[in-house]
Amino acid sequence: MAHANPTGWKRWVFSTNHKDIGVMYLWFAFIAGMIGFGMSGLMRMELAEPGVQFLPEFLGMTEQQARHMFNVLTTGHGLIMVFFMVMPALIGGFGNYFVPLMIGAPDMAFPRMNNVSFWMMPPAFILLLLSTVVEGAPGMNGFGGGWTAYPPLSGTIGHPGPSMDLAIFSLHVAGASSIMGAINYITTIFNMRAPGMTIHKMPLFAWSILITAFLLVLALPVLAGAITMLLTDRNFGTTFFDPAGGGDPILFQHLFWFFGHPEVYIMILPAFGIVSHIISTFSKKPIFGYLGMAYAMAAIGFVGFIVWAHHMYTVGLDVDTKAYFVAATMVIAVPTGVKIFSWIATMWGGSLTFPVPMMYAIAFILLFTTGGVTGVVLSNAGADIALHDTYYVVAHFHYVLSLGAVFGIFAGLYYWVGKMSGKQYPDLLSKLQFWVTFVGVNLIFFPQHFLGLNGMPRRYVDYPDAFTYWNEISTLGYKVTAVGVLLFIIVMFYTLFITKKRVGDNQWGEGANTLEWTLSSPPPFHQFNELPKIK
Amino acid sequence: MAGDVQHDYHLVNPSPWPAICSLAILIMMVGAVFAMKPDAELFGMSGFGSYMFYSGLIGLFYTAFAWWKDVIHEGETGDHTGVVQIGLRYGMILFIASEVMFFVAWFWAFFNASLYPIIPTTTNEIFDVIGQVPVWPPVGIETFDPWHLPFINTLILLLSGTTVTWAHHALIGGDREGMKKGLWATVLLGGLFTCVQAYEYSHAAFGFSGGIYGATFYMATGFHGFHVLVGTIFLAVCLGRVYKGHFKPDHHFGFEAAAWYWHFVDVVWLFLFICVYVWGG
Repeated sequence: MAHANPTGWKRWVFSTNHKDIGVMYLWFAFIAGMIGFGMSGLMRMELAEPGVQFLPEFLGMTEQQARHMFNVLTTGHGLIMVFFMVMPALIGGFGNYFVPLMIGAPDMAFPRMNNVSFWMMPPAFILLLLSTVVEGAPGMNGFGGGWTAYPPLSGTIGHPGPSMDLAIFSLHVAGASSIMGAINYITTIFNMRAPGMTIHKMPLFAWSILITAFLLVLALPVLAGAITMLLTDRNFGTTFFDPAGGGDPILFQHLFWFFGHPEVYIMILPAFGIVSHIISTFSKKPIFGYLGMAYAMAAIGFVGFIVWAHHMYTVGLDVDTKAYFVAATMVIAVPTGVKIFSWIATMWGGSLTFPVPMMYAIAFILLFTTGGVTGVVLSNAGADIALHDTYYVVAHFHYVLSLGAVFGIFAGLYYWVGKMSGKQYPDLLSKLQFWVTFVGVNLIFFPQHFLGLNGMPRRYVDYPDAFTYWNEISTLGYKVTAVGVLLFIIVMFYTLFITKKRVGDNQWGEGANTLEWTLSSPPPFHQFNELPKIK
Repeated sequence: MAGDVQHDYHLVNPSPWPAICSLAILIMMVGAVFAMKPDAELFGMSGFGSYMFYSGLIGLFYTAFAWWKDVIHEGETGDHTGVVQIGLRYGMILFIASEVMFFVAWFWAFFNASLYPIIPTTTNEIFDVIGQVPVWPPVGIETFDPWHLPFINTLILLLSGTTVTWAHHALIGGDREGMKKGLWATVLLGGLFTCVQAYEYSHAAFGFSGGIYGATFYMATGFHGFHVLVGTIFLAVCLGRVYKGHFKPDHHFGFEAAAWYWHFVDVVWLFLFICVYVWGG
């Protein structure tokens, strides 16, 4: 059959090519990430000093509206970074581009469904952005109830306006997109590995995407159910979450976190996969304990489904239930430790080089471990009573996500940008970009541990004077990070559009031995017309 | 380009449907919000919701039709090689798995409400209900007799599960007429189930709104009913394809997917019947 290859806008809009779709995902994640980053900037500027002054002036609103707008910003920042930045970049972007290459497949299993997975993201994002410009809370625009959207704040009492309904549909659409993407990955990985590539020879990034995809298929429909019930509670008079009609607001939290906890592993597992490749490449050694690494991810994925109520220690769970969730949560530290120590063991005795992707990967290990350790602290139901909803939690999950998953994205970009574009990134500027970002994000988030231990609540526009010092440091860190982001844009713009310096098929040498390095840079439009044979 | 391809995978041609589908979904979803809240304003406009919703819905239906038409065409013209069919099987199994998890949410809500019932209470009445014992079904709810219409519906669905297997075996054995009969019977039984369910709903002594019993009951059985409708349409499309001469004894995944889906709908009903109607009634 003749295979049409349209050019111009049709190449992208009608695409059935996993590499083109992966690139579109990465650009989408970049745009959404900039918006999400801008939102956090507005929050940080407001929190630069006590009192409510920046937002009313900057956005020209009353103080009351600004207080609500702060909460809209926290909500929007969370939802955007989770659903429209990290997931599209790691799963949609790198997953699409590199899973077929790594397993020796010519494309994804369902190339057309792959495209609808991508093209449902902009409508979902538009729905979320629209939700910020229509009425949410009485008399004010936007939904300010946090990304978790607990009722009754997300119900008709807290947010009677259409803003919440738009946010709900945004999650429905993004969720459907992710489920279709996940089905596509699992089918591709199970059905399209090159001859000889058994599942136990498959690269770890493909493993990570496989496990992530299972988590998506099993977790996202439960969220869809929960927010559908929220929707009918809001619009059709049901009482799922309303005690006045025999319902239970805690039910929503159970359903949400049954999705929400696997979701955090959905965001981090692909980064694990990327970091494994980078550590191995720049140690010039195979990854230490390959099978242990693969099954540690599977264990994390499985246990991730049975720990959800550790997000709910303060709702009045009985002590036996808490004891179970404490124990189950701490168990996750074991396979995670397997991964951390295996990365270190891979580097041990290796022939190490430190180009930018390796710097990001090592920083990932350091910072993700920091976030993991505070996670073990928070897993204690007793300690969490004091720390719940404080900046300690904010610091914890930003260490595992902003400094974990996002560093994984940076690492992957520097590792693969040569493969994707055929161009060499500017080394010195990229190293500067790394150091500025590294210092910046740690300045933002490390002081937040102290703020949280001192009891500063999250999701609030103002704070007592006693918290001023560390908030000033944190805001300073944001400014440094903003320079890092600016440098990142310059580096990527220079690499993609200006530099003439090209890279070869395998720019990293003998350490990089997965199949994508056997192809040209960038790879041909359709690779592996003749399937590679794996010994 | 196409000449040197030496594998059996299906490199799908570029297609306009994904992008059009997404646009239709955006229109439909924005429309749905403002149809539910007709007085709300978007950029100063209001009252456009239902028009927008239905235009989006029509667009979605049209895209679904055109998209699946392409898939059927590709299947009939040899793109669906053995390995591609295995991929389609994985895809369908995983889709059904995600649907199972969707129903988990409704069952979770049902068991949360029925195993741990509370007296419906607003904040102001919280001290009035001390000492009262909550029960399931809630006081004042008149439930259906499970051994009346719901049991008949159970039998209808179980019977339709056998007729779809009849159609399948007829197809494998090359008996086209038998396949038509089996599929006709399945589609009619599916339609009958929907009619009985609609009749039952119209005679219910409780509504969707106002109480947790009706909420969990209609959400779970309603979504199941929607899936019956989808499954019936899926099977009806297969029936139409039989008349067009589609499906071969060794290549008929479209039909098998419909049959799998139908069995899934059947099993969900058995759980609903046992949990919601018999135990929960």
